[in-house]
Amino acid sequence: MAQPKNGVTAQDVKKIAKLSRLHVEDDRLEPIADDLNGILAWIEQLGEVDVEGVEPMTSAVDMAAPMRSDNVSDGGKREAVLQNAPKSDDGFFVVPRSVE
Amino acid sequence: MSDLTKLTLSDALDGMAKGDFSSEELTKAHIDACMDGADLNAFITTTFEDAMESAKASDARRKAGTAGKLEGAPLGVKDLFCTEGVKTTAGSKILGEFTPTYESSVTANMKADGMVMLGKLNLDEFAMGSSNETSFYGPVINPWRKGENLVPGGSSGGSASAVAADLCLGATATDTGGSIRQPASFTGTVGIKPTYGRCSRWGTVAFASSLDQAGPIAKTVKDSAILLESMAGYDPKDSTSINAEVPNWAASCGQSVKGLRIGIPKEYTIDGMPAEIQTLWDEGIEMMKAAGAEIVPISLPHTKFALPAYYVVAPAEASSNLARYDGMRYGLRVDGKDLNDTYERTRTEGFGDEVRRRIMIGTYVLSAGYYDAYYLRAQKVRTRIVEDFENAWQTCDAILTPTAPSAAFAVGRKVNDPVQMYLNDIFTVTTNLAGLPGISVPAGLDKNGLPLGLQIIGRAMDEATVFKAASALEDAAGFTAKPETWWV
Repeated sequence: MAQPKNGVTAQDVKKIAKLSRLHVEDDRLEPIADDLNGILAWIEQLGEVDVEGVEPMTSAVDMAAPMRSDNVSDGGKREAVLQNAPKSDDGFFVVPRSVE
Repeated sequence: MSDLTKLTLSDALDGMAKGDFSSEELTKAHIDACMDGADLNAFITTTFEDAMESAKASDARRKAGTAGKLEGAPLGVKDLFCTEGVKTTAGSKILGEFTPTYESSVTANMKADGMVMLGKLNLDEFAMGSSNETSFYGPVINPWRKGENLVPGGSSGGSASAVAADLCLGATATDTGGSIRQPASFTGTVGIKPTYGRCSRWGTVAFASSLDQAGPIAKTVKDSAILLESMAGYDPKDSTSINAEVPNWAASCGQSVKGLRIGIPKEYTIDGMPAEIQTLWDEGIEMMKAAGAEIVPISLPHTKFALPAYYVVAPAEASSNLARYDGMRYGLRVDGKDLNDTYERTRTEGFGDEVRRRIMIGTYVLSAGYYDAYYLRAQKVRTRIVEDFENAWQTCDAILTPTAPSAAFAVGRKVNDPVQMYLNDIFTVTTNLAGLPGISVPAGLDKNGLPLGLQIIGRAMDEATVFKAASALEDAAGFTAKPETWWV
C-alpha cells in the first residue's frame, strides 16, 4: 500500500502512545507504524473530495442544543459512586501519589 | 406443548395475552435453550434466576390487568447497556467487575414495559469490530455453519446469534457503523438502526457519540417494530435525544407499498462483490416492483468516501470517550511506579489490540498539525454524504441496497487485516454518518446455504416508511430458513 503523505514513523507512534496513555514496547513501534500507515493510506482518498466552501458536520441531529433550568436534579449518592472503585477510603477515591 | 422458543415475539405476546402459556413457561423454555446453546458463546453473563423471578412477577401483573408492551417476553441485552446490579463489560477487560448502580434509559424503558432479561450478550470490545472476534470474552459463533465455525458479524454478534438460535425472542443491540444490520444479515435475522436520537444513549457505554444508536435485533420486521417502540423515546438525560412521539410502528408493517418510490443507488455496486449479492439485490428490486412500488435509479456520489470518513470520525470520538478508562474510579487498575505509569499499564492491559489501534488513530487525527487534514476534512465529507441523501429524497421515499458485501465468513479469516474487516460496513456506514434509519431484512440464501440480507434506508424520523417497505420485502422474500441446531 502507498505511504500516506505524512507517513507515521516509530517516533510518531511513541508520541501518539504517550498522548493516548498507552504503553508501547520499543520493538512494537515499527509494526504499529506500518499498521497505522496502512489505514491512513486508505483514508488518504478523502483528499479526492471537493470540500471547498463545505461546512463541517457538527451534529447528527437536526435540532438546537436543548436548554434546561440550572437546578440540582440528582446527587447525594456517594456510596453508589464509590461502589465500583478499585480503591476507596473514608468516602474518597484512593489514587497513586502524583505529587512528590 | 409445542416448542415455545420457535415463536415470534409477536405470537408469544399474543399467546400470553390469550392465556395459552405463562411468562414463567416461556422463560423456562428459553433458559433451557440458552443452556443448550452455551457453545455459541452468545452470553457474557446470564441472569436466569432473576429472569424466573421477573417472569413470575410479570405473570402476576398480567393477572392484575397491568400488562406492558413487552410483558413477560424473555429478551437478551447487549452488554453495552448498563444494567443495575448486573455486571456490564462492553466486551472489555478494562471494565473488570464493573456493576452499574443505575439502569440505561433503553433497558429501563423495556423493563417498565415488562421485559424479562435473560442476560447480557457478547459483543466486540467497545462495539469495535465486524465479527465479534475482538471481545475479551471470546468470539461468538454463528448458528449458521458450513463445515467450519463462522462469525455472526459484529459488533452485536451475541445479539444476532442468540436471536437466530432461538435463545431469546429478541435482543437489544447498538449500531455505530453497521453493528446491528451486518450481524442481522449474517444470521438471517432482522435488525434496525433508527434515526439518530430516537433511542437515548444515556447509560449505554459510548464508542462514537455522534454515530452510536441503539436498536433491536429480532426474528421478524414486526417484532423489531414492537421492540423499537419500547426502546425509543425522549430522554432529557441525553442532549441529542429527539423530543417526538414514538409512532405505532407495528401498525406500519403489512401496509401497502403501492406507489412508494424506492431508490436504487448505482454506487452500491462495488468491485469484488459476489455475484450472488448483486443477484439478490436484483431480486429484491423485482419483489418491490411486484408489490406495487416504483423503482427509481438514484445517485449517492460520495458513497465510496463514507468508510474512510467514518474511520477518522469514529476513532477520533472513541479516543476521547475512552479517555475515561484510567483505572481510578471503576474497572481494572494495574499499579505502576507512579500515576502516569498506572494509567498506561491499566489501559495497555485493559484494552485489546483493535481498541488500542483505534485510540491511536483517533489521537493521531486529532493531534496538532493533522486535525485539519483528517478530522475537519472528514466532517466536511460527512456533510457531502448528507447532501447526497437530501438530493436522493427529491425523487424517492426509501432506498434499497444490499446490507453487507458478503455472507458470514470463517472465524479468524479477516482478523489480521483491519482494512478488509472495515469493508464489511461499506453499505451500512452511510446511514450512521447521515443519522438516517436503516433496516436489514433476510432475503435469501447464498450457494452455501448462508443467509443474506437487504437493507432499506429511510428519511430521518421516517421509520414508518422503513417498516412498511421492509415488511413488504419480508413478505415477498418469504425467508423461513433456520440453521440446523448442531449446538444442542
